Amino acid sequence: MTDTGVRETSAVTDAAAMTPARDIRPPRRPGGPGRVRRGFAQWAWGLAGLLVVVLVWEGYKLLGPADGVVVGGARVLPRTTDLAMPHVWEMIGRLAEPVTRSPSAQPLWLVVALAALTTLGIAAAGWLVGVVVGVGLALVMQRWRIAEWGILPWIVLSQTVPLIAFAPVVKSWGSRVEIGAFEWQDWMSVALIASYLAFFPIAIGALKGLQSPDRIHTELMQSYAAGYWQTLVKLRLPAAVPYLLPALRLGAANAVIGAVVAEVSTGLQGGIGRILIQFAGQASGDPAKAWGPIFGAIVLGLVAAGSVALLGVILKDYRRTEEAA
Amino acid sequence: MATPAVTRPRPTRGHGPSPRTETTLRIVAPVAVGLLVLGAWQFLVSVVGVSDYLLPSPASIIEEFAAYWPSIASAMLITGANSLVGLVIGSVLGIALAALAARWRPVDRMSAPVVASLAVVPIVALAPVLNSMFGADSQFGRQAIAALASFVPVFINTLRGFRQTTPVHRELMRAYAATPGQVLRTLTLPTARPFILTGIRIASSLAVISALVAEYFGGPRGGLGSLISTSAASSAYARAWAYVVASIALGLLFYLVTLGLERMLQRRAPQAGGRP
Amino acid sequence: MSGQTGFREARAADAAVEISGVDKVFETRSGQVQALDTIELTVAAGEFVSLIGPSGCGKSTLMRIIADLDEPTGGTLAVFGKSARQARLDQEYGIAFQQAGLLPWRTVAANVALPLELHGVASAARASRVAELLEMVGLSDFADRYPDQLSGGMQQRVAIARALAEQPRLLLMDEPFGALDEMTREKMQTELVRISAETGAAVVFVTHSIPEAVFLSDRVVVMSPRPGRVREIVPMRLGTDASARAARTEELREERSFFEMVTAVREALHGSPVATGPRGVEHR
Repeated sequence: MTDTGVRETSAVTDAAAMTPARDIRPPRRPGGPGRVRRGFAQWAWGLAGLLVVVLVWEGYKLLGPADGVVVGGARVLPRTTDLAMPHVWEMIGRLAEPVTRSPSAQPLWLVVALAALTTLGIAAAGWLVGVVVGVGLALVMQRWRIAEWGILPWIVLSQTVPLIAFAPVVKSWGSRVEIGAFEWQDWMSVALIASYLAFFPIAIGALKGLQSPDRIHTELMQSYAAGYWQTLVKLRLPAAVPYLLPALRLGAANAVIGAVVAEVSTGLQGGIGRILIQFAGQASGDPAKAWGPIFGAIVLGLVAAGSVALLGVILKDYRRTEEAA
Repeated sequence: MATPAVTRPRPTRGHGPSPRTETTLRIVAPVAVGLLVLGAWQFLVSVVGVSDYLLPSPASIIEEFAAYWPSIASAMLITGANSLVGLVIGSVLGIALAALAARWRPVDRMSAPVVASLAVVPIVALAPVLNSMFGADSQFGRQAIAALASFVPVFINTLRGFRQTTPVHRELMRAYAATPGQVLRTLTLPTARPFILTGIRIASSLAVISALVAEYFGGPRGGLGSLISTSAASSAYARAWAYVVASIALGLLFYLVTLGLERMLQRRAPQAGGRP
Repeated sequence: MSGQTGFREARAADAAVEISGVDKVFETRSGQVQALDTIELTVAAGEFVSLIGPSGCGKSTLMRIIADLDEPTGGTLAVFGKSARQARLDQEYGIAFQQAGLLPWRTVAANVALPLELHGVASAARASRVAELLEMVGLSDFADRYPDQLSGGMQQRVAIARALAEQPRLLLMDEPFGALDEMTREKMQTELVRISAETGAAVVFVTHSIPEAVFLSDRVVVMSPRPGRVREIVPMRLGTDASARAARTEELREERSFFEMVTAVREALHGSPVATGPRGVEHR
């Protein structure tokens, strides 16, 4: 073990991958009598924030010119017709109505929910692949510094470029790749894109976490003559938890974004990306309907990130440093 | 929290490289990995015979890149302009709202959950309705998506930057009986600046990615995103990859420019607060 | 464990630490730094030795070399007659740093149990040993607390209990009380004297506090910086065997002999550099 406690990861790494994640603050110290009330207050403030957004929407719709604000030929504020900006209550009310005029049609919310579940499943598959590859790569980079030097710059670099542009290209793999009995399915293209979007923050977060133990702790393990695996299990993995959780959460959010975008660009049926496009196409006749899948996508992102946050509750003992720091 | 041990010069150990070797390896290793991947790629295509639709050869991508350069250049211009407009609007809004949130607690409390949610939801899903809100021929929907995506990291980092002033500095200002404007100019802004710049740098990548992806959701054609999907749909895979290469170049350009801006402003004034 | 004990008894005659001609050179980006220069020192079994000197005199480095956390550039070093590496692998020493270095996700008891766990001690034996150790440092009531719920002094006591977990014959301590306030510090010193008397372990104690070194030690090794050298070894007249050590109490801090020893160490530390040391610094 040659670890010097102070291995600097470049500032670029730090900021590019981790900053958005770390900012979604973890809940403070668990327990305590004020916690429930504080939690309630947080929700209330959040709802108030949401209300402000709704008020801005409706206020602009009420006061703004019907054809929007056009400056130098470019429309900088939207049209306020019912077609362009349906009322918020219409969007919500539309959820309860059937999706089409046919008598057997399901309500919109159900269609959206089912599509969102499909996308969630694909995103989860992609996320899992991203976790395995990301954590695996982080372990390799932590173990061999030469691997870190060789790989990390590329990971950081790939964070800064629109890799998601590959999505339409990956579509071409569908039903044309066969390896033995294994046949590439269309949904796998989507999961693949989701996984590589999830992978980057996880790899970087895991690496930072595995490298996070103070020198004093690594030397303590060294003084106990503990080997690599013992140090990994007793020290590095537990110490990585506070770094890994936000990375996993960011990875989950990225996997959802990747899945939605990939569904759109590969034209995969059944997911929320498909109905986003489909219902938007019907917006001229039914403007509120297009908002159904948008709400679905928002809930999807929140559910994905929230599930990882749940993981954080289970692992709360490993997050004590977050509170102490 | 730094232990004295940390500040001590790093000991050379039998199996650790010397500082000079380390510097060399830090440059050589990534280059080697890059060449290895490129070599393996070309090998897969030309020797193993991986089909074109799976992976075109680097050479054929370069060919297409050269052949379609005029269209690539104009596409880069369109997508780049969308990203830039979005980045600027998003950054201005982000900094402004963060300043409000730092000043008034209710704004902070109301915006925190909304922004936290915004960070995890697929913002690009708004693209189709934005197209209908601004008109199908308008690029503004994409610019709005890029702006929303840029807004999140700028807001979060700026707000954090505004919170970095240490109690000792604030008390010093109080002891000087400094006016709020003076405090802002001499303490809060210099402390927050590195954080704001970091936020903008992160946002720059997100702006390009979002502007590009928004094109997959319909609207006027001609940008990189729509050209990638048209090329892929017409089985011109090498051309699609050429457009992908162009978008990577565009993303890098944005990143490097903002990184340069950050470095330049930081050098003029050494950062006060330090990185988190 | 019984085989190991037999082995220990067979080599009981060995000194705890034997250092001869140890050099240490650090390679840095700005060139080489001579941290230690031909150090000679022997610590007898059961002896309490303090290393004292200004920052940069290499006292911590010397301790880290004994612990096999750093390797000497030259010279030889034996811990209980073995190489430092072998001594580390055989867990001949326990170690405590300036920071307590507790793992924040483990309870107090689990922190103390860590070395036992790593070395495969059965869980029942582990539990009873941990209870014993926490009793010794007076923290039995805090077994289920987490480190962030303890004061600095309590954390440091946990770290000492952890260092003692495997009944080492040598205890290495790098300014363990450096971050504590003066009152806690004195209390901890008294406890350390008691504990070291109880266990009979040899102690190598790094400090930059003269009264601390005097109060605790059988001998005080005074070091000088750049390059780190042993300037003088000051024997304490405060009783060297374990029973005498047990007699060191709070009253000692107010006795005349204590102040005389403090003065002796002070003079060794600040005294004219040309007159002391085998090789002075006159050529620099």
